[in-house]
Amino acid sequence: MSLTVLSSSPMLTVQDRGRPGWRQYGVSAAGAMDPGALRLANALCGNDAEAAALEFGGFGGRFKTERPLRFAVTGGACDIRVGERLLQPDESHRLEPGEVLSIGALRGATWGYVAFSGGIATPEVMGARSTHLRFGVGGLDGRRLQDGDALPLQEDAPGPLLRAPAPVPSRPDQPIRVLAGPQDDYFDATILARLESEDFALTAQRDRMASVLDGPDLPARGGHDIISDGTMPGAIQVPGSGKPIVLMAECQTTGGYPKIATVITADRPRLAQMPTGTRFRFARVTREEAEAALRQATGALDARIASLAEKPADPFASDYLLSCDLVGGIFDPEALMEGGPS
Amino acid sequence: MTSTPSFADTARQGPAILPLGDSAVSVEFGRSIDPDLNEAVIALAAVLEEAPFEGFVEAVPTYRSLVVIYDPLTVPGREVEALLHDKLTGGDRPARPRRLWRIPVHYGGPAALDLEDLARENKVDVEELIALHSGAEYRVYMIGFAPGFAYLGGLPEALHTPRLPVPRQLIPAGAIGIGGQQASVNSVPGPSGWRFIGETPVRAYDPDRATPFLFAAGDALRFTPVSAQEAADLAARRDAGEVILTAAVLQ
Repeated sequence: MSLTVLSSSPMLTVQDRGRPGWRQYGVSAAGAMDPGALRLANALCGNDAEAAALEFGGFGGRFKTERPLRFAVTGGACDIRVGERLLQPDESHRLEPGEVLSIGALRGATWGYVAFSGGIATPEVMGARSTHLRFGVGGLDGRRLQDGDALPLQEDAPGPLLRAPAPVPSRPDQPIRVLAGPQDDYFDATILARLESEDFALTAQRDRMASVLDGPDLPARGGHDIISDGTMPGAIQVPGSGKPIVLMAECQTTGGYPKIATVITADRPRLAQMPTGTRFRFARVTREEAEAALRQATGALDARIASLAEKPADPFASDYLLSCDLVGGIFDPEALMEGGPS
Repeated sequence: MTSTPSFADTARQGPAILPLGDSAVSVEFGRSIDPDLNEAVIALAAVLEEAPFEGFVEAVPTYRSLVVIYDPLTVPGREVEALLHDKLTGGDRPARPRRLWRIPVHYGGPAALDLEDLARENKVDVEELIALHSGAEYRVYMIGFAPGFAYLGGLPEALHTPRLPVPRQLIPAGAIGIGGQQASVNSVPGPSGWRFIGETPVRAYDPDRATPFLFAAGDALRFTPVSAQEAADLAARRDAGEVILTAAVLQ
């Protein structure tokens, strides 16, 4: 039983929690750009946190299924339709064979997730299903999905349709928090201060590997070449060109540019989700503050998932009716003319 | 190789434990390329893998530092630092058996794009070049850049050759390369500015193999010249799913 991609979008891939354990062999973990949104999508479908789903950048695409299933879209606001029914993100919905699911453009976010009950069952490679695009590992033949691709689905168990409580409102003007280092000593104090006192912006040069930023010059007093050492997602590399590069989920495992600071784990999804062109500030925090922020973010997501509520059983009681354009449907004269005798 | 080893200084001050975000630290043993520094990096990785602490995720050896990745929800960074400090000052480094790989190389064929040019540029004839390249023992300093791509130190100075200013678009897996002072076995097809003198049927990386990666940091490598026919026979056995290379364990 499979799911068919009727029309794809440019950055549609299979992702799961990632593939840890292979960095010493040159392969970064990959996995979702916004792991919390993936976890929520899986929970809404009754899936394990380990299940694989689809990640899309910008807009979703169109899909059909061979078996009845439940699905959920998370990551941000966007138009979701099954046939003519307009549906909400952060809820699960049913999709029947013969119906077409369309997911439009994200508004105010960059990465969206579609989970399906049971999960996507492409083969595990090195212990995970995540697509690592740069190395062609995992997912469907290690690549972006294309029109016509068929994805195997894992068997699912019957389950209710669920709805997530509204998230804690995000504060878009909050700075992105960083820990200085590991090569902060390559930069003078005045340059380090610029990291916090000036605006940065996300350029269009961004993908699952890294994001290039616009911002002030950050010249390194020790030069911009180091003997290559290990990198991590969130590390802010400063090459000689001056444009800092924030490494993301699919980053290279080693690099030869000094890393002035590293975005804290709690704020990495927020950075990933910022629309291109967003201006923001960095703020330095201590390791203890970063750890507290991660506990807080993880706790908030745990609490949100623990309070998923069952949707009303009668489809005509709630979102179905609200989403139907009843007035337009009945009083559209052309529809009446077409439907009636000539 | 690029500067004098600073191991003595490092040993006196102890390695620096630098934060790499809130989920990793970089244990920096020095800031130069040096086999002793690299050995210290790999020894610490071995200690951690032998007896991982609660919350340990993985360790990534590089030339002169070890990235230690952990789950900060399980173990706070302050504790990781203290733990690593204990391991570093414990001084009880286990003797690590070293693996030696003998890589069959056909110095010729379509991947040997630069064999003749390199001989000319380095003022040796092709036979001498092969003898130099296959006469040395190499050290895997680290794996990076691509899956299973080993950065090899130990290239004889007579063969040091700058990389191309403009990388070539597609170099096959198995191509035997030289880049500056380093040597390589290309692990995946892709663009490269390195110079190439031959090819091996050995695949450093194969995701469908029981062990996807052959080499690890700290391994030793030697290249053994083989004929085009021998290389082709080995490639056929490899394609039939046979294991065509295993490492010798040195003590």
